[in-house]
Amino acid sequence: MRLKTKHFDEIEIEEEKIIYFKDGIPGFEEIKKYIVLFDGDENSPFRWLQAVDDGQLAFAVADPFMIVNDYDIEIPQEVVDVLEIQSPVDVMILSILVVPEDLSKISMNLKAPIVINTKNKMGMQVVLDTDRYSVRHYIVEELRRREVNIGAGSHKKEE
Amino acid sequence: MLVLTRKKNESIILNDNIEITIVDVQGDQVRIGINAPKSVSIYRKEIFLEIQAENKKAADVKSVDLKNLLK
Repeated sequence: MRLKTKHFDEIEIEEEKIIYFKDGIPGFEEIKKYIVLFDGDENSPFRWLQAVDDGQLAFAVADPFMIVNDYDIEIPQEVVDVLEIQSPVDVMILSILVVPEDLSKISMNLKAPIVINTKNKMGMQVVLDTDRYSVRHYIVEELRRREVNIGAGSHKKEE
Repeated sequence: MLVLTRKKNESIILNDNIEITIVDVQGDQVRIGINAPKSVSIYRKEIFLEIQAENKKAADVKSVDLKNLLK
């Protein structure tokens, strides 16, 4: 099927890649189907979580383990059961990014990662029962350390 | 809103399959136990609202911003 999107114009959606979020995600409960897009570079930590039900809805997301060195989470048993996760290798974890105009304030939600079972294509946003991680973790320092070029070097580090 | 009075160790049942028990009461803190099917999402409200708000902000992302990140 073809989908007209906000960030990619019209793209071809392969049905077998659609991930089903039974309850949507908080704030977007009605949107159940998403697809993960790589924007050309599979080695980049960044991806798009593109809604299939609504082409205008897409989240910038990132693999948190590629950005935050010591990110360490335990997926609650209820989530393992609901998503029918059989093996850790089937699990994809993504963190939703907030990308404001001022890129030095880019943040990611480490407290409520998106957990996807890549095998059966089921996903949900999981709220971790921990105070260790925040919903607004600023990542400009991490990005700088990993030498990901944000904003062509024109953005000064926040002191 | 329905308002009920319950004592420690007393419960309420919602919809035949959700049981909410008052486990302990200490001053202004109440410990609550919830027995519900796995498919029922349970959140602390303030955290749910925070995540909802963060998701709404995230949905506002402009194309050009992420292009910069990806280069």
